[in-house]
Amino acid sequence: MTIQFNDETFYDDFTFRNSERAIRRFPFPFHEDSYMYSVNLEPHLSLRPGSVYEKTFDVDEHYVSEMRDRARVLSDDPLRCQSLPHMTLAGWDLLELIMVEKAKDYPDLFELHRAGDRWHWINKPLGIEQKFTFLDETTLPCGPMEYITRQAQGDFALLDHRDDNLWMDAGMVTTQADWSLDFDIGMNFYEWHAPVPKAHELGVFQRALKFLLNLQQGAPVRRLNWTMTVNPLLDTSPENYHKWGVQKTSVTSENVGSKYHLRVELQTLFRLPRSNALAFPIRCYLIRLEDLVTVPKWGRRLHRVLRDLPEELATYKGFIRNRPMIVGYLSQFDDGAETSPGIWPD
Amino acid sequence: MPRFQFPKSIQSRPVYGTLTARAGTSHLMLADAEGADALVDLAASATELMARAHVIYIPKATGATYTERLRALKPAQLYVGPSLDAALPRLRKALADAHMGLQIYLAGTEGLIGQAMQEAIAAGYPASAIQTEHRGSVARRVQCVHCKGITEDVETTPFVCSHCGLNLFVRDHYSRRLAAFQGVRVDAEDPGEVPVSEGLYQ
Ligand code: HEM
Repeated sequence: MTIQFNDETFYDDFTFRNSERAIRRFPFPFHEDSYMYSVNLEPHLSLRPGSVYEKTFDVDEHYVSEMRDRARVLSDDPLRCQSLPHMTLAGWDLLELIMVEKAKDYPDLFELHRAGDRWHWINKPLGIEQKFTFLDETTLPCGPMEYITRQAQGDFALLDHRDDNLWMDAGMVTTQADWSLDFDIGMNFYEWHAPVPKAHELGVFQRALKFLLNLQQGAPVRRLNWTMTVNPLLDTSPENYHKWGVQKTSVTSENVGSKYHLRVELQTLFRLPRSNALAFPIRCYLIRLEDLVTVPKWGRRLHRVLRDLPEELATYKGFIRNRPMIVGYLSQFDDGAETSPGIWPD
Repeated sequence: MPRFQFPKSIQSRPVYGTLTARAGTSHLMLADAEGADALVDLAASATELMARAHVIYIPKATGATYTERLRALKPAQLYVGPSLDAALPRLRKALADAHMGLQIYLAGTEGLIGQAMQEAIAAGYPASAIQTEHRGSVARRVQCVHCKGITEDVETTPFVCSHCGLNLFVRDHYSRRLAAFQGVRVDAEDPGEVPVSEGLYQ
């Protein structure tokens, strides 16, 4: 196989590591030295071979371990995967999208053989082989959305399109930046975004929703979102916040570079063919600050972005208490030199 | 009693109106405690309504204060029950039996309004057939995001989850599916440092 999969954990002993290659291809989210919410949507087109934007669904060295982490979180809390009854067809649409794209983009890892509605799926990294009948739920071990998202990195939301709005009526959510699927399921676009500061006033959500309601099949889009996380903890859920919140107090000026991670979500949006629903994969990438500053442009820029970020955003993103330490650490890597435009390393 | 003016809030948080009489074949009215006042006002504006009204009323701490006044409105049916839970089978039957053209009026605390709304929507009624008016206590129904248990009539923040015992901060984020606000452990980052509890909106 072309990818060497890591054997690592995202909790307790946190053995997660990024290889040199993973560091270089990290989706650094800042194209300039400051940040504010905007309707940052662009076509999800293949970009730069080797980058996380090359394939429809990026598969990387963390794949196998992330899927193990998902199974662990689900067995502790099955409510992380829910689908309202009318969303089963959208689940099949998603299963098809992921299987077809992965088999096309990674033929050495995944195979899909179809003869009419008789499908045969082979997932080599996870050692899974499944023959089933497309659109017949009784031929899979669980619902189609759950089945395929146990084999795909990142969280997934399925949005029903009705009444000129999007309704989050299904999802698989185990690697979230502090929001609860169980609480938000059934909400519309404005309701689940309600806690976000500033963006409503800026008209960001109105414009974004209008754009998404017109999203066409075959023309997916993407955007990046980001936050800061202590330890490479994928499951920063509100459900478990009473357990992980205290990790924020374990940060010192000595360990901040290895404890703190920039957490970036590569979010994509696809119109689905049969259900007319939207699929919203939210792929999470983590990088510790020590690794990030090995790219000099990124170290300089992250320092400036975090230093100047409006207080409301730093509070909402949950790192206001540790911001002075983070900025202090990053300032060592900012010599004041100008940074080049765009996200790529120089 | 003056009606409470809720401060401007986030978009998941429900807003309430004032009940007004609507044309309909029948009228289902559900109220708790001071919510009775809203029904009295409604009936005053449209006396003919009550002859086709089924009133379900939960007095809670108001005891007998409002029951006679409701009886005096001469609704077609009046039920006074000890709790919303006790009234649920009756409410469900009323929703299932009703014909097209039923108008639904909900008045009182947010907990009652939210739960009755859940029932009406689950029974297939469109939001356009349901009116709401807040009266009385501003207490909230809150779900603990950690243990998922729901605590009724929460008047302060933080408060102690009645299921798992954690000290929870009460958010404005609201789920209509659960008919509940969200409660999140207030001292998660500094265990044991629980701020002094205050009334909501203080
Ligand atoms: C349609 C699929 C989408 C889903 C399911 C979704 C879901 C969410 C959720 C659950 C949150 C967390 C809210 C909380 O604090 O509880 C969030 C945050 C946010 N969303 Fe979305 N979102 C979607 C699309 C978008 C789009 C298209 C934009 C474009 C502007 C956007 C912008 C944001 C922003 C700015 C935040 C705040 C993030 C932060 O500061 O960390 N979302 N989203």
